Amino acid sequence: LSLTRAAAGLLAALLLGAPACGGDDGGGDGGDDGGGDDSDDMVDAGQPDAAPVDVCNPGAGEQVSFDPAAEPCQLLSSYRFFTDGAAQAPNQGVVPYDLNSPLFSDYAGKHRFVWLPPGETMTYSATGVFEMPVGSVIIKTFSYLDDLRPGEATSERLVETRLLVHRADGWEGHAYVWNDEQTEAELRIAGARVPVQWVHTDGEPRQLDYIVPNVNQCKGCHEADEVVTPIGIQARHLNRDFDAGGGPANQLVSLTELGYLTGAPADPAEAPRAPVWDDPDSGTVDQRARAWLDINCAHCHSPVGPARTSGLDLTIEQMVPAEYGVCKAPIAAGPGTGGRAYSIVPGAPDESIMMFRLESVEPEIRMPELLRQLVHDESLVLLREWIGAMKGECGAPE
Amino acid sequence: MRSPLAFTFAFALVISPALLACGDNIEGDDGTDDDGADDGSDDGGDDAPSDACGDIEGTCIELSPGDDDQGALQTALIQAQPGDVILLRAGTYSFTGGLSLDVAGVTLRGEGEAETVLSFAGQTEGAEGLLVTADDFTCEELAVEDTVGDAIKVVGADNVVFRGVRTEWTGEASDENGAYGIYPVQCSDVLIEDSIVRGASDAGIYVGQSMRAVVRRNTVEGNVAGIEIENTNGADVYENTATGNTGGILVFNLPGLELANGVGTRVYDNEIFENNGENFAAPGTTVSQVPPGTGLIALAAHEVEVFNNTFSNNQTAQIGIISYQITLTAFDDEDYIPFPDTLFFHDNTFEGGGDNPSGLLGSLVLGPVSEGLGLDAVPDIVIDGNYDPEKVGKDGELTAEFAICLADNEGADFMSLGFSCTADPEACMAVLLNDLVPTQDTTPHDCTHEPLEPVVLDGVDL
Repeated sequence: LSLTRAAAGLLAALLLGAPACGGDDGGGDGGDDGGGDDSDDMVDAGQPDAAPVDVCNPGAGEQVSFDPAAEPCQLLSSYRFFTDGAAQAPNQGVVPYDLNSPLFSDYAGKHRFVWLPPGETMTYSATGVFEMPVGSVIIKTFSYLDDLRPGEATSERLVETRLLVHRADGWEGHAYVWNDEQTEAELRIAGARVPVQWVHTDGEPRQLDYIVPNVNQCKGCHEADEVVTPIGIQARHLNRDFDAGGGPANQLVSLTELGYLTGAPADPAEAPRAPVWDDPDSGTVDQRARAWLDINCAHCHSPVGPARTSGLDLTIEQMVPAEYGVCKAPIAAGPGTGGRAYSIVPGAPDESIMMFRLESVEPEIRMPELLRQLVHDESLVLLREWIGAMKGECGAPE
Repeated sequence: MRSPLAFTFAFALVISPALLACGDNIEGDDGTDDDGADDGSDDGGDDAPSDACGDIEGTCIELSPGDDDQGALQTALIQAQPGDVILLRAGTYSFTGGLSLDVAGVTLRGEGEAETVLSFAGQTEGAEGLLVTADDFTCEELAVEDTVGDAIKVVGADNVVFRGVRTEWTGEASDENGAYGIYPVQCSDVLIEDSIVRGASDAGIYVGQSMRAVVRRNTVEGNVAGIEIENTNGADVYENTATGNTGGILVFNLPGLELANGVGTRVYDNEIFENNGENFAAPGTTVSQVPPGTGLIALAAHEVEVFNNTFSNNQTAQIGIISYQITLTAFDDEDYIPFPDTLFFHDNTFEGGGDNPSGLLGSLVLGPVSEGLGLDAVPDIVIDGNYDPEKVGKDGELTAEFAICLADNEGADFMSLGFSCTADPEACMAVLLNDLVPTQDTTPHDCTHEPLEPVVLDGVDL
């Protein structure tokens, strides 16, 4: 389902050549961008001095309508990021992508896209987030298939689309909640709860009050050094194949060909690549466990993240075991310890605070704190194996 | 005995905080019957903004309890501008998830801790009641009740004021209660005054990894730890009442943190009595090792002055001065100094206490220690005797510069466990069981230090 959509989007982008699409973001330079629509005409005709067009009422036209200086629109459709929102079919210049190991979000599916202002490009770096121009938008739609068993899904419920927009003064997050009819998504700055249900991989029905984050909660994950920042747009996360319809192609290569990325090595083998946490061919247990912890935890648990106060650093670069939890006593975990003495006790997942918190659904205990209500059973198998294989002991008496 | 002996402090009862600061202003806007939303900017129009907030720089945003308190208050917290006051009219507000504020310069004000109650009894989401990540935050005259996790957490903010706030878990003492009541961490210039915290399963008032804090005139009662100052530089803790906690006041340094060795805490003019409450902390936390009946603990503390306090009837020990090794917890942190030094306890008064000891300390004193010293109660001031090898002289005692000084403590008796261990928990456990050299000789502690300078907050008026 999603592949087809993604493929269509990328194909469209390739054929039309996003950076060359040019144009403006909705008119305002003379009203020659289609015309024919009442409101558009009124704006342009009525005000010869070309007062700024309301980007949220772009009128006729097919281009994406986005202005990083404007306040967020109330309706997602105003931006025209999608030619068909319900089908998540991207407009030209809106490029789908995927990550090696994604953040677990209560079994929601995700459609990811990036949009850059015409003629702009991202700048590659081997470590950290790519430099992205002001006006960039990262688009992520969360959805639930009605059945998670392979080949069983017959429908998909879109829940929310999050925009991470690069304004002149920094990144900002906005969440749009889809209506029941799936015809429109509306801005909800204070967040929301949306009941969802599906048939799980084990064939059992599941339901959930899905939590849409508020503006502040966006920062709970996307803040580093108290500055909001993207997470996924990094070489090691993007360095993988993605099928845009013409067969699998490496994303670093296709983004480069599209003009969306400059400075990447011609051979993706020279770029870093994160393991796929559930693909044993992509790395050792240690590598895959660290990759999972990196994408699921390190946005907070890093020296510059919101959980820096805990002293626990789960970034993939951290090589000191005590820093990533081995025999590390808790600081302010409260009931989150589960009666256990250390984050990780080598060889003993059931004595490790990390496992206790990943296995819990209690709001004051569970990790990640935000937006996880369900246990990610599949990753726990991996982490259990990882901790179980560790050698050594913490020297705790008893 | 897996881990730390931590301790806390608690307070007494009776502060009825000065709640009525808002009162004078309220009658000014009889407000029509605002039954629910933020009609603050509407009523009165732009030219005549509500004066219910008094003379403020920004907008006075008034809320009253309604059908969607979660949405109304969270929206107000997001849309607030620097200088704004969000005035929560009297009543009980109900929340199902955590709230957050990320706008600097906002005041969240109620009409008194008994009148304006933010109830999180129905909370199913969020690790705290209110999370604040912005500077210049003031929270006053309201109560936060029954959050699933911490009540109010402030992270990384400069200029933080809590005044006349109550955070409380209203049910039975339980490890299901949230960990911390008032919880600024990695902040600077923090004032916590005239507030009440009850029922926290870790520390009621917890100032962690911060710079410059004043904690005064508060009542902490029935928490595991009453007040905890942890890995913090510059804290004045005075005129508080700590009672009914497991431990009254804790001054701690823990390993593994960026601010490794906090210095400069003064604890004075506090009433620290009957902190004999059961320890209902979650096992595995540092404070879970605090024995019930603990008045004050200085753990791996440096440059601390404790004076003019009243300690009474804390049944295990009125004051404990300990190294991190005695917590029997492993650590790996080269920058961290696990030993206490440069402490000055003077002019405190003592009554009762030590007569019903529990925990590791209790069993040590009643066991191996009493065999040597013939004690039937724990002395008022207990030092574990484990010192930094780099700070001791040939006699094994701390040099004058780093000494733990005791002076003019009325009614106090003293003991050192004579514990000495720099190694891993297993070895330290063996030392505790077999190789203590207890003594009641106060000679090494007959000394004084220069008084510490008062904490001056930068940007917050005292």
